[in-house]
Amino acid sequence: MIDLVVNGKRQRLDADGQRSLLSVLREDLDLTGSKYGCGEGQCGACTVLLEGQPTRSCLIKVGSVAGKSVTTIEGLETGGQLHPLQQAFLEAGAMQCGFCTAGMIVAGAGLLRRNPDPEEAEIRKAMEGNVCRCGTYPRIVAAVRAAAALGTRTTRG
Amino acid sequence: MADRDDAPDLVEAERYELFEGPAYRFEVPRRDFFKVLGAGLVVAFALPSATAQESGGARRGDAMPADVSAWLHIGEDGRVSVFTGKTEVGQNIRTSLSQVVSEELRVPVDSITMVMADTAVTPFDMGTFGSRTTPFMAPQLRKVAAAAREMLLDLAAQRWSVDRGALVAQGGAVTHPPTGRKAGYGELTKGQKLVKTIGDDTPTVPAERWKVAGQSVPKVNGRDIVTGHHKYTSDLRRPGLAYGRVLRAPSVGATLVSVDTAAASALPGVTVVRDGDFVGVSAPDSHTAAAALDAVRAQWRPTPQPSGAELFEYLRKNPTDPQGGDARSRVVTGTVESGLAAATTKLDATYTVAYIAHVPLEPRAALAEWQDGALTVWTGTQRPFGVRGELAEAFRIPEEKVRVIVPDTGSGYGGKHTGEAAIEAARLAKAAGRPVKLVWTREEEFTWAYFRPAGVIDVKSGVGADGKLTAWEFHNYNSGASGIRTPYDVPNQKIEFHATRYPLRQGSYRGLAATANHFARESHMDELAHALGQDPLEFRLKNLSDARLRAVLQAAAERFGWGKTKATPERGFGLACGVEKGGYVATCAEVAVARPSGEVRVTRAVTAFECGAIVNPDHLKNQVEGSVLMGLGGALFEAVQFDAGEVNNPKLSLYRVPRFSDAPVLETVLLDRKDLPSAGAGETPIIGLAPAVAGALFASTGTRRRSLPLAPKGISA
Repeated sequence: MIDLVVNGKRQRLDADGQRSLLSVLREDLDLTGSKYGCGEGQCGACTVLLEGQPTRSCLIKVGSVAGKSVTTIEGLETGGQLHPLQQAFLEAGAMQCGFCTAGMIVAGAGLLRRNPDPEEAEIRKAMEGNVCRCGTYPRIVAAVRAAAALGTRTTRG
Repeated sequence: MADRDDAPDLVEAERYELFEGPAYRFEVPRRDFFKVLGAGLVVAFALPSATAQESGGARRGDAMPADVSAWLHIGEDGRVSVFTGKTEVGQNIRTSLSQVVSEELRVPVDSITMVMADTAVTPFDMGTFGSRTTPFMAPQLRKVAAAAREMLLDLAAQRWSVDRGALVAQGGAVTHPPTGRKAGYGELTKGQKLVKTIGDDTPTVPAERWKVAGQSVPKVNGRDIVTGHHKYTSDLRRPGLAYGRVLRAPSVGATLVSVDTAAASALPGVTVVRDGDFVGVSAPDSHTAAAALDAVRAQWRPTPQPSGAELFEYLRKNPTDPQGGDARSRVVTGTVESGLAAATTKLDATYTVAYIAHVPLEPRAALAEWQDGALTVWTGTQRPFGVRGELAEAFRIPEEKVRVIVPDTGSGYGGKHTGEAAIEAARLAKAAGRPVKLVWTREEEFTWAYFRPAGVIDVKSGVGADGKLTAWEFHNYNSGASGIRTPYDVPNQKIEFHATRYPLRQGSYRGLAATANHFARESHMDELAHALGQDPLEFRLKNLSDARLRAVLQAAAERFGWGKTKATPERGFGLACGVEKGGYVATCAEVAVARPSGEVRVTRAVTAFECGAIVNPDHLKNQVEGSVLMGLGGALFEAVQFDAGEVNNPKLSLYRVPRFSDAPVLETVLLDRKDLPSAGAGETPIIGLAPAVAGALFASTGTRRRSLPLAPKGISA
């Protein structure tokens, strides 16, 4: 048995510890917002927050994260209220097919946790491991900047 | 103009759009809409031949002509459902098509349900490719919605016995201002079973008066995307679902000699299928499926295959057209010999383009389920009806027994026209007796999907003393005929596409061969300009009379500040233009060359684009930006490397795609021509970047690069 806290909820899982965290999230918990894109940590579509840190869930074994806290894209919305980044992605139109979007938002949320007001160059650097094949990078950078501005205002206000 | 554009499109469609499914098409059984949708009102758009026979005002009853291409239903609850066979792959047509319906029907965008790409309920559609949705499907839906609005006005006039001219349709209701009467659309259709078939002659709102179209309406299902709730094919589940994997050959053309599946079959819950060369497994979870596949022992016999090193020689030496060129795309005017004789400057050059991969972030995926001999498959494809045909043929069942449903898909770029994953999942599900989901691994996607064709292009040209082109000869081997014709004024031309044998599976790609042909043509124009000592912009304008193309070229150059800064060994500027699929594009690029590392970056790209009347400015801009960024990969570094039938870089860690750090400053100039019909825009903006970058690199380094990708490892200093 593996105990995990996923999106704030305790989960007791009867799963082979060698399986990837991504497959357990998707198949056992039906949390399909995190995507399989490459299976080698190169595209970032599977990004989740592990103890607040952006982590490639396709590479990490579920057995190695026992007892830890995992946040997926489904856990960012609270009480019907979108996370500032989700709102910012919508407003910036920072998506086309949307398959990379969850990983982008989660990676961005991880960045904003450690750096609430990143410069454009810092955003590009932090998110270099996330691929948007539709090429919406400039919009994604703009969305993260907008969310940061919103967050900064909220904190100060 | 239309004729000139149509011919190469047809050639492309036949050769590379991969819809060569069965030639026959079974008649769709006339269906009882109202049983499925409930009472109300249905308006269908029928192709002209079908309308001639069957139109004739509103009818009571359920019969529909077989050859309709779109329809709309308004239910008694006022809900508007629009049915189209088109697929959403990120080009945002779910939104843009909702906008045109909203406009004509006068209902809010968010009250419209777009039912797309489900072969059981949507009309037949050839496929979502060729930038055809906006120029063809959108006007049909517009007309259907306009006709529905008129019918609702008729119903209200009858019901209230008032003058129809005094009625107003707005916000999902009809009102009669003189008496203050008001009825919602649903209320008006209550108890009705009205069907109307309309044709092409239904009047619609002209672009100058658009209120909803022409606006940047946000992506209609954007909230589902940002919350992770949208279910792509790879996210779906069904009761009793099993997970599939397929055994792949080690190289193209290898045949299966022997296979031992005993160890795989012994794993709990695993079903193994061996059917000819096909071997696959399914298991209760993906982990077990992977273990089962690992446990299969197979021996393959390879067959000799051309290697990457000899690719271009191979293409040139293996033409397949006995006549020495594709007749439908051939252009011959005057004689090239006389044009060259009159020239004072002549040039002869060869350009090549590599195989590149689409790399849709969602790999091919399918979920197949059999029930009582009928098959349902959810899959991400751009050709749901084509895949239905492939499935019917593969399992020798009638098409009526096959339903293909396409959830909004994690992109395609022309790479998802075929039904391999659907067929494989269906074969596994048939054996397992339960639904099976198959999601290709990234490596499978890189190896067993198909690629943008590689190609060789030979160009020979002449320019007279007055700086005008006198001769143009252009031969494209294998990459395709899209965009092969020159928009420049040349009295003597010979242009040919030569189909050849080819070593890797190949097919459609965003813009098809227009990228290759524009790379060669525009690079050559750049070379001619330099040979003549002329500015590349001036030289083009001197030889170009197409007003729409001149307009985008001048708009891009102006925004870019063309000619204002001199190139240096560290910085160069280039431009290119072209017309394809009804869209006119010009791109100016700035490249930076790091010294002494030789690293090349595109630092700024300005694209001017004109595709008639703009339906959604922000989504159009998004498509232009995305095209430029995707084009940047193929321009600078993307290439499929292979030897003896094996792809050597089948992973994202080995095949480089554009990332955040590659993104240049992007500027987009949209020219809105409300006087011209809207053309699609998901493809054409990709074609200008590669030649613009090639020109910029030449301006900076003084060395002409004639092969795509231009600088996969930078340039040697």
